[in-house]
Amino acid sequence: MHKILEKRRLSHDEERGQDVYYFKVTAPEIARNRRAGQFIVLQVDETYGERIPLTIADANAEEGWIAIVFQTVGASTLKLSQFEVGGSIPVIVGPLGSPTRIEKVGTVVCVGGGIGVAPMHPIVQAHHNAGNHVIAIVGARTKDLVIFEEEMKKASDELIIVTDDGSYGRKGLVTEPLKELCEGKGGYSMPNEVVAIGPPIMMKFCVATTRPFNVPTTVSLNTIMIDGTGMCGCCRVSVGGETKFVCVDGPEFDGFKVDFDNMMQRMRAFRDREQADYQKAKDHVCRIGLTNGSTLGKAGA
Amino acid sequence: MSEHKTTEMLNQEAEKVWAEIKDKTLTPKDRGAIPGQEMPSRDPIQRAREMGEVAMGYTETQARVEAERCLGCTNAPCTKGCPVGVPIKDFIAHIQKGDFKGAVDTIKTTNLLPAICGRVCPQEKQCQSFCTVGKIQKSPEKAVAIGRLERFVADWERANNKITVPQPAPDTGKRVAVIGSGPAGLTVAADTRRAGHSVTVFEAFQKTGGVMVYGIPEFRLPKEIVAKEVENLKKMGVEFKMSFLVGRTETLSQLLDENGFDAAFIGTGAGLPKFLRIEGENLIGVFSANEYLTRANLMKAYDVEHADTPMFPAKRVAVFGGGNVAMDGARMALRLGAEKVYCIYRRTRTEMPARAEEVAHAMEEGVDFHFLENPTRFIGDENGRLKAVELLSYELGEPDESGRRKPVAKPGTEHQLEIDAAIVALGNESNPLMAKTTQGLNVTKRGNIIVDENQKTSIPRVWAGGDIVLGAATVILAMGEGRRAAASINEYLAGK
Repeated sequence: MHKILEKRRLSHDEERGQDVYYFKVTAPEIARNRRAGQFIVLQVDETYGERIPLTIADANAEEGWIAIVFQTVGASTLKLSQFEVGGSIPVIVGPLGSPTRIEKVGTVVCVGGGIGVAPMHPIVQAHHNAGNHVIAIVGARTKDLVIFEEEMKKASDELIIVTDDGSYGRKGLVTEPLKELCEGKGGYSMPNEVVAIGPPIMMKFCVATTRPFNVPTTVSLNTIMIDGTGMCGCCRVSVGGETKFVCVDGPEFDGFKVDFDNMMQRMRAFRDREQADYQKAKDHVCRIGLTNGSTLGKAGA
Repeated sequence: MSEHKTTEMLNQEAEKVWAEIKDKTLTPKDRGAIPGQEMPSRDPIQRAREMGEVAMGYTETQARVEAERCLGCTNAPCTKGCPVGVPIKDFIAHIQKGDFKGAVDTIKTTNLLPAICGRVCPQEKQCQSFCTVGKIQKSPEKAVAIGRLERFVADWERANNKITVPQPAPDTGKRVAVIGSGPAGLTVAADTRRAGHSVTVFEAFQKTGGVMVYGIPEFRLPKEIVAKEVENLKKMGVEFKMSFLVGRTETLSQLLDENGFDAAFIGTGAGLPKFLRIEGENLIGVFSANEYLTRANLMKAYDVEHADTPMFPAKRVAVFGGGNVAMDGARMALRLGAEKVYCIYRRTRTEMPARAEEVAHAMEEGVDFHFLENPTRFIGDENGRLKAVELLSYELGEPDESGRRKPVAKPGTEHQLEIDAAIVALGNESNPLMAKTTQGLNVTKRGNIIVDENQKTSIPRVWAGGDIVLGAATVILAMGEGRRAAASINEYLAGK
């Protein structure tokens, strides 16, 4: 059992009815052995819960905790968001996946989109600690959805914030400053490496942006998984024409080689059922919200 | 296909035979004349849509009648066919006397999981293939039904709460780490705990049992039986650490050097699914058998009302392969609502590695077997969803190194089969995690851990066994390796 030590709502997306939460949970072995880029698989219920992969956003080996950040995009994450401090998550296994390869290369641009900023955080820290000059680009649809700003400011050498609607930072998409950095605009030398984490479509376009400049670009994939240990192959993607398992061969891959279209299709494999379950979970949360008079109900409003 | 006989019908037949033989002194000829007892099973049409266990087990009378078929051969050829050397004629002799507890205790001197082995062992290839009765009657199918008798006494013991938990020897102060809670791991845990060592089993999943829980379906091996075995180990004092992936959560060397374990056993199983490496294998609707079965078994996706893990809705399902896992996948697909299930195998029924009973059950349930066919590519629609598979026809050629006739492709025979889900059951490779995270652990080119005759690996204080050593094998072979490893671990710790 993994006790919840801290719970914070990082953002609330009115338009989509989705929230982003930060949980700090006890997991001493994972905290001790995890490295940047690795993830965990958790279940909200040991018997019937689905196994969902979440990247480790932060950890403290001495205090024995890890932090996870998740968005209430489906039934399981919505259920997870109902857990409170003092409660426990029944199943967490990790750290899974191969750690990020961190080398001193010079300038590294780390692009985090939406909730992808959270898994990017330890990678920014690690690159910075390795002596790289880290420029972080953080993107969101609108100001209220920018997360981890303070953490990223602390961990990076430079921080560029971009919002779709221009309500905060630069107006536009993350690919715009990324392109300028590759072009060497504003006195920058071309980055030696780019890491992009976010929605698949964002990563696809980041790769399309860096490809003409031939800047090595790593992406971190978050496909559907079950065991997370290489046993089922559910998470497989095509990388350079070869089938790879995200859970053990990844989660990070050479972005130039990933077949994003096939990956995005595969992520929709269970879409109908997922949406039905999400609606059911939302209705359930709403009902609890109404009877308890609790504000949690608003998550599903 | 003959008419399905209910348990009552089979029991009535057995009662008649029993009335004739029970007070007689039987000659070997009399024993040879006793009809072999058929395994009662649930109605094929009905059971193919339900998760309940298919084979229902002998009635007491059936077991008594079947046991009387055993000749009690002095040289006990059957025992030579058993990977763990169960004293078969002795346990059957106990059944002949009506002493079921004596029978199960006799089995347990060498096999700790009779309720499981009675259900999943390929007896027709092991003990029963050596049975004198089967030899005389010229068919291993007519051999004494050793597996069914084994299951009967184990089930009898459980149903009547007669299970005796072995008393461990006094604490030795030595600690054993067992990695993986499948058949090999559970066997090592039991044997080393019995010797008085403190034992911790590390399991990556949230449930214990390994392949017996994620792979073998409820309709073939009820999970309650596996849970009971684990419960008995807990009663003996074995500790279980769940959701603990050795190699990641902590490495093997951390366990040995920092956490104070004196010895470790690696029983992590095969667990890296093979794919076909053909066009379209990443389309939506193409699954490894591991994924399909794990969703259904471990994650309970068949229980749509309660389980959060979704099952892929499919009407026409093709399973590729001819082993037990293929049979499990095909029969699971029926139970999950498929209207049509094909089993595509590139050889013929004779060469199928699956247990005979599973093939027979699959056929009774309506699985459509396509022999001498092999897929060449998967075809998808514009959304990347599987809609058909292209198959190529084969014929049998010369025998290969395994002694089985080799399938040879017949060029130009490509044809398509419309399907919306495919289950690839072509076996597993070994999961590379332990080798990758353990310095000095020698493995074969295929990633199987190399061990000596005592299951010792290239690293001091570390033993291995089961599928991670053997490649994909069986529950009983894994147990056999576990027993050997445990004996060696106990010997090592005693001398320490």
